[in-house]
Amino acid sequence: MNSGLIDGLFVFMLAGFIGFEVIKRVSPLLHTPLMSLTNALDAIAVVGAIVLVGEHKSQLSFILGVIAVIAATSNVVGGFLITDRMLKMFKISRPTKP
Amino acid sequence: MSTNFAGNQVIIEALYLVASALFILSLKWLSAPKTARHGVWAGEIGMVLAIAGTLLHHGIVDYKWIVIALVIGSGIGVPLGLVQMTAVPQRTALSHAFGALCVTLVGTSEFYLRTPDVPRFTMAVLCMEVILASLTFTGSLIAAGKLQEVLPQRPITYKGQNFVNLSILGIAVAVAVYLVLNPGAKQLFPVMIVVPLIFGILMIVPIGGADMPTVISLLNSYAGLSAAAMGFVLNSKLLIIAGALDGSSGFILSVIMSKAMNRSFTNVLFGAFGQVQVAAAAGKEEKSVRSATPEEAAGILAAANRVVVVPGYGMAVAQAQHKVRELYDALTKRGVDVRFAIHPVAGRMPGHMNVLLAEADIPYDRLVEMDEINGDFPQTDVALVIGANDVTNPAARTDQSSPIYGMPILDVDKARTVMVIKRSMNPGFAGIDNPLYYMDKTLMLFGDAKSFVNSIVHELSGNTH
Repeated sequence: MNSGLIDGLFVFMLAGFIGFEVIKRVSPLLHTPLMSLTNALDAIAVVGAIVLVGEHKSQLSFILGVIAVIAATSNVVGGFLITDRMLKMFKISRPTKP
Repeated sequence: MSTNFAGNQVIIEALYLVASALFILSLKWLSAPKTARHGVWAGEIGMVLAIAGTLLHHGIVDYKWIVIALVIGSGIGVPLGLVQMTAVPQRTALSHAFGALCVTLVGTSEFYLRTPDVPRFTMAVLCMEVILASLTFTGSLIAAGKLQEVLPQRPITYKGQNFVNLSILGIAVAVAVYLVLNPGAKQLFPVMIVVPLIFGILMIVPIGGADMPTVISLLNSYAGLSAAAMGFVLNSKLLIIAGALDGSSGFILSVIMSKAMNRSFTNVLFGAFGQVQVAAAAGKEEKSVRSATPEEAAGILAAANRVVVVPGYGMAVAQAQHKVRELYDALTKRGVDVRFAIHPVAGRMPGHMNVLLAEADIPYDRLVEMDEINGDFPQTDVALVIGANDVTNPAARTDQSSPIYGMPILDVDKARTVMVIKRSMNPGFAGIDNPLYYMDKTLMLFGDAKSFVNSIVHELSGNTH
């Protein structure tokens, strides 16, 4: 095991705890937007795919990379878009009109 | 040249650091409806910074195809972001599939670029990444198909199913172990993709529609964990963080959902719930119910002080949420206090009912969680159940032989009058008989949820003239 992997494990553990504490506080009202938002954030995997396409190290990695970038980008764009649409709909009671 | 490279590297890492912080803030701001939209913006900025940083990567020689792929991806993403709110569960399942596809493909490329010199730990993580991601890919596609009703929603079960499924997963794990010990065994790698792809299908096929909230959450968790594993392989802390956040989010939601159904993960995944229910439904005898017309229902609602509406998947299927909003308006205008009781597993994904009711412009402070509203049912004049069934079934409290015994329910049977809008007395999708329907205080309103609510609204507005 090299130090990079150990660093990675520390980061994973800390991020897991932060995620747990932060997400525990999300109101059940917003669980659907929560899932679509984490989905969009998870599509950060696109960065790995971009490097594969850009480096063009082999034909296989290039082709798989292009498909991967397309799949992840659709999640980024679609995920943020639908989360924002959902959140815009949540409104509090209007004060009764005079 | 080397200084330039180092300089770029610092900028890239700094951008990734800021992006990671923004991702955490994004989820933090999502915790309350007031700040939630800031959360989306923070996430978007973080994503743009991360992608910009990646484009500075020194090894990138080909920008043309990156741009083409980003444009095509956006072209697919926009319509997926504009779907109807009722289609959100299947859209979510589909996006889990896309995320998992990306991770599977990157993992596969990394293996073929690096073999045979892959350190053992890296290879182990890579195997985990590919197995989790490929089973999530097909599993999510099947889940999306079931939710879209392209595939049958009923659980498909056969004898020895769990044994078959676990054996298949066992094959994948055995191949993974072999690959960790012999990272040069290129010819075996495709087996480790294809076998989990098959497992993903077989895992979701036996799961019924009512279990979808738990399953979607579990798949969400798997998608996150596979992305975190990819972060280890690529040595990217940003990916590890994003994957850990997504993984813990899916995990928390899975725990909440399975608690709300009083079941364990293993029971959801290996329980084959459907079979028990068929047996329970077969033993039911004829009992009498009282039914009412829209006029009668409108009269009772208009005379009430406190009304609690209990929405369920049936409301989503009938697309009745906008009519429910009209009912809410009509009753509120008459001074009736109307609230909505939301069971955690009502609908097909966590929070499904909240989104549908918010779409229909019902203020979110009127949507009340199960634990908060249950104590208020005895003081409630009318509980109006629209398309919900199991989550209102008092057998869950009293009947130890019921397959849903122990599941927390909304105590609608404690309200003074209960009204249930239902198509017919056929046992619903789950096939469990509901004693609520045979109580003296219960009135059955037979018909389509949308048109029945419409008739009630019509009666209420007609009376004001």
